[in-house]
Amino acid sequence: MSELLNSTEIDLINTNGYTGVLAAEQKQKASKILETIQFPTTRTEAWKYTRLGKISNKKFSIQKGSVSDISEYVISKDAYTIVLINGIIDTSLSSTDLPEGVICSSIKDTISTEKLNSLVGKNLKLENEIFHSLNTQNALDGSILLIKEKTILEKSIQLIHILTGEHTISNVRNLIVSEKNSQAHIIQGFFSENATESFTNSVTEIFVEENAHLTLDKIQFEDDSCYQVSTEQVEQAKNSTFTINTITLNGALVRNNLNIKVIGQNCCTNLNGAYLLKGNQHVDNHTMVDHIAAHCESHELYKGVVNDKSTAVFNGKVFVRKDAQKINAFQSNANVLLSDDATINSKPELEIYADDVKCSHGSTTGQLDEEAVFYLRARGLSEKSARKLMISAFIDDVINKIENKEVKTFVFGLLQKRFDWEI
Amino acid sequence: MITIKNLHASIDGKEILKGLNLEVKAGEVHAIMGPNGAGKSTLASVLAGRDGYEVTAGTVVFEGKDLLDLKTEDRAREGLFLAFQYPIEIPGVSNVNFLRAALNEIKEYHGEDPINAKDFLKLVREKSAIVELDAKLASRSVNEGFSGGEKKRNEIFQMAMLNPKLAILDETDSGLDIDALRIVANGVNILKSPENATIVITHYQRLLDYIVPDFVHVLFDGKIVKTGSKELALELEERGYDWIKEELAL
Amino acid sequence: MSYTENDLAEDLQNQEYKYGFVSNLESEKIPKGLSEDIIRLISAKKEEPQWLLDYRLKAYAIWLEMTEPEWAHVQYAKPDFQDIIYYSAVKQKKYESWDDVEPEMKETMKKLGISMDEQKVLTGTNVAVDFVMDSVSVATSFKSKLSELGIIFCSFSEGVKNHPELIKKYMGSVVPTTDNFYAALNSAVFTDGSFCYIPKGVRCPMELSTYFRINEQGTGQFERTLVVADQGSYVSYLEGCTAPMRDENQLHAAVVELIAMDDAEIKYSTVQNWYPGDKDGKGGIFNFVTKRGICEKNAKISWTQVETGSAVTWKYPSCILKGDNSVGEFYSVAVTNHHQQADTGTKMIHLGKNTKSTIISKGVSGGKSNNSYRGLVQIHKGATNARNFSQCDSLLMSDECGAHTFPYIECKNSSAKIEHEATTSKIGEDQIFYCQQRGISSEKAISLIVNGYCKEVLNQLPMEFAVEAQKLLAISLDNSVG
Repeated sequence: MSELLNSTEIDLINTNGYTGVLAAEQKQKASKILETIQFPTTRTEAWKYTRLGKISNKKFSIQKGSVSDISEYVISKDAYTIVLINGIIDTSLSSTDLPEGVICSSIKDTISTEKLNSLVGKNLKLENEIFHSLNTQNALDGSILLIKEKTILEKSIQLIHILTGEHTISNVRNLIVSEKNSQAHIIQGFFSENATESFTNSVTEIFVEENAHLTLDKIQFEDDSCYQVSTEQVEQAKNSTFTINTITLNGALVRNNLNIKVIGQNCCTNLNGAYLLKGNQHVDNHTMVDHIAAHCESHELYKGVVNDKSTAVFNGKVFVRKDAQKINAFQSNANVLLSDDATINSKPELEIYADDVKCSHGSTTGQLDEEAVFYLRARGLSEKSARKLMISAFIDDVINKIENKEVKTFVFGLLQKRFDWEI
Repeated sequence: MITIKNLHASIDGKEILKGLNLEVKAGEVHAIMGPNGAGKSTLASVLAGRDGYEVTAGTVVFEGKDLLDLKTEDRAREGLFLAFQYPIEIPGVSNVNFLRAALNEIKEYHGEDPINAKDFLKLVREKSAIVELDAKLASRSVNEGFSGGEKKRNEIFQMAMLNPKLAILDETDSGLDIDALRIVANGVNILKSPENATIVITHYQRLLDYIVPDFVHVLFDGKIVKTGSKELALELEERGYDWIKEELAL
Repeated sequence: MSYTENDLAEDLQNQEYKYGFVSNLESEKIPKGLSEDIIRLISAKKEEPQWLLDYRLKAYAIWLEMTEPEWAHVQYAKPDFQDIIYYSAVKQKKYESWDDVEPEMKETMKKLGISMDEQKVLTGTNVAVDFVMDSVSVATSFKSKLSELGIIFCSFSEGVKNHPELIKKYMGSVVPTTDNFYAALNSAVFTDGSFCYIPKGVRCPMELSTYFRINEQGTGQFERTLVVADQGSYVSYLEGCTAPMRDENQLHAAVVELIAMDDAEIKYSTVQNWYPGDKDGKGGIFNFVTKRGICEKNAKISWTQVETGSAVTWKYPSCILKGDNSVGEFYSVAVTNHHQQADTGTKMIHLGKNTKSTIISKGVSGGKSNNSYRGLVQIHKGATNARNFSQCDSLLMSDECGAHTFPYIECKNSSAKIEHEATTSKIGEDQIFYCQQRGISSEKAISLIVNGYCKEVLNQLPMEFAVEAQKLLAISLDNSVG
């Protein structure tokens, strides 16, 4: 499998390797797995609807890129900013004035506290996971954000990832820890500049500790020739709340793996996602909420609009373990198909081993309500604007879950840019 | 009919009933009133045998039998009926089927033959008229899609069908408009006889204009603290519960 | 209300699997194991034509190349295919009339509640029955009456002999030998089954029924059913299955093919009650079945199943909605208790315009069982205005069971509308208490509630089957609440 990278580059990573928080044993383990592992095919259940040929038949290289003006990619003007170019932190573009109560560093730094060492890679599965292994073996850089106990962050922190160059690979590795009783809002933005057929393979490990509240907004807007596989591996301790809003608006092939382990009681988990696709885009959202502890709730809402020859895949799984009683889990996926050449594959799953639970899921696929479009036209709207209005009404459900105003405005801006929407 | 002595009961380790005494004789109607959280619904649940309520002390003798020793269904078969505050929906199970199962199990318990289909349907027609319940509701699923008023009328209809010795109406009047209230009360009055008795648990005095109680009890902090005639209910309506607290120095 | 609650209570007393007896009938078996020679032997025993032997051998060659599927949410020790007897036939003379049938065989049918007595038609039981024991069809009733209408209803073997042109044309047309591991195996070794043909414009006046029974130890049952409804015809077909109680796992790998031509309608109902194994999970039938139907223009296929038996079930009755305006329906109740495992559901393949499908699935799991719904709704590009509605509910009876829902929704047409809903909940303690307060025992309360929960599906069954299904539900759920 190592053909994805030139062998000299692998040597480069290994020799220039850092002694940061990602332990050498893990890198070795990943390398070992990569020796034999193959790319999954559509016969692998988790990849049934996503073909990886576009990625597996290419050679990517590690490139140190540079971007002069990041103003276009700044999601929130009122946030601490960390900029990563091709997966490497660019300190010159990043904020220097991080607030008290936050430790921000790079995974390649040896700030190595015992705690961080024990958390990196803790829940990330490497066996049979080619992209996780690839990331673990090859990650050069990435952010560590530790929100200290009782810290309530007033301002958001944004991680701005920018991909540049041709056939570039970015194996970026982030770690976010929200300590006991802390509260924070973090934004991850994925963009590209002058990038063609480049590939982001991102892993973000997140730990939401006791009674902490963490919200993550993830905006994906890479070039429509670029690929992204990204994983959020989340662990929630008791009484914590974790919310993630994933907005996917561009990219040739985007696969999101959202794995949430709820290990403590009385947790609340919110997963929202919106995807608007056109051209030949392929977007695959795989989510998994693993309820290990009792008395928790999870709410999932994913909505998508697919046009042209694009394909959207949704696979959401709610897993309720044997002793996780009194779980309320709700999952909903709704899709609008705008073209006969577009495809929707939806697979909402419930796997339940506890008996005192209330779980439900729903999935709908349909069109815009023609009656409603007609109604709007009868009131003087053009057909085009009537349709736009209907689509935005459909997707607004999810966008409105984003509480941060700056992020919301930015998302609307992107919608306008890509779909010519007016709000 | 029923004698409750020094009843203590708790839920999740929290004591709700703290030594309740009550005696109801055949032919009587008793009203139990009291502020929120006094233990009114707990009393109903304990008497019916709902899971999760622990009786820590006291006795309840119902028609000469130790009520607390009986399973829920045997209490019902002995003639104890609870009209639920929140009647539950049972999708797919028709009212008629449900009642026939209940009626026949009660008959079987008493060593009687099951009722035949013809007599049963006759009984359904006769009794549903008492609460002006649309015959169509009888064939619908138990309480499913019923309005609040229909649910409460359905409770009284079931009471009419099963002909219990002691009926406990747990806030049957709450949420009813005046017409529905009148129908429900009328049903209860028609079913009243010298052989049976009724305990009416309520928040509001207005129900007692229609179902006239022989005794009114005030339940406060898990005990019956005052007993009077129906005038007591009027007084409570007017003055609230605070004066009782003061009067009794609680 | 021919079946009263008291009957149900009585049946509840009957806690054992009541079809677990063994009939003492002499049978003819071939050596165990699977090879080309065995297949030739089966074919020779059945005096089959060369084309059918060729069909079997080809299927066998395909099967050898295939691997057993592992994607289902079930775990079991894979059967040793060389340790199975592939042909076992009750030694029988040719039955010329009902009087010729041995008393022991009649007794078996009686115990199973099957009546072959043609007199019964006068008393209102209007069902024609084909009885398949182990590998071969034993008796078919009402043949003459049906033949007056041009309806063919016979064992598969007879079909091969007497109507080779129909069999040749339709066998394997819906479930090709290459379809899956078990379908290929069946195509190689199938021994008998039922064949039914309804001519153009004929409405079959009675329910057609096949009763499947495994009797012999160490055998597998591999039957095929083929139902062809010609243009504008209608048939309602019933299928029942039981087996003796044994410590071993026995394999049942059947293939059912339905062909509904233009404007035809087929209603196919199954009450599956193969031996589920004992309460510790020992023994029981592996039920690996491929069922599929194809609908031409304006045709309709409706599958109704009540699944209470088998140790492991792997079954997805499907509809290919090829013709415009065709309709597919799937109504299912799957009950698992003790250590049973079921992975069942349906596939609705929408190809034609204005095609419609409905899926109602009700799972009930108790004991330590695992019950999965797995369903595919696929809307192809040409399926303009296709509609699907799916409702999958799971009811949990114990805290050690598992209930899972795996729907696959694939849509390639922008005018399609697909709705899927699923819920998982526990049997309501409040509901049970409510029933108890009205004097109903908790066991009966559960049976009432579960029957109510499954009503949408049970209503689809023909009357006689519905009663049997209700009883089965109650019995299957005995001791399920934990």
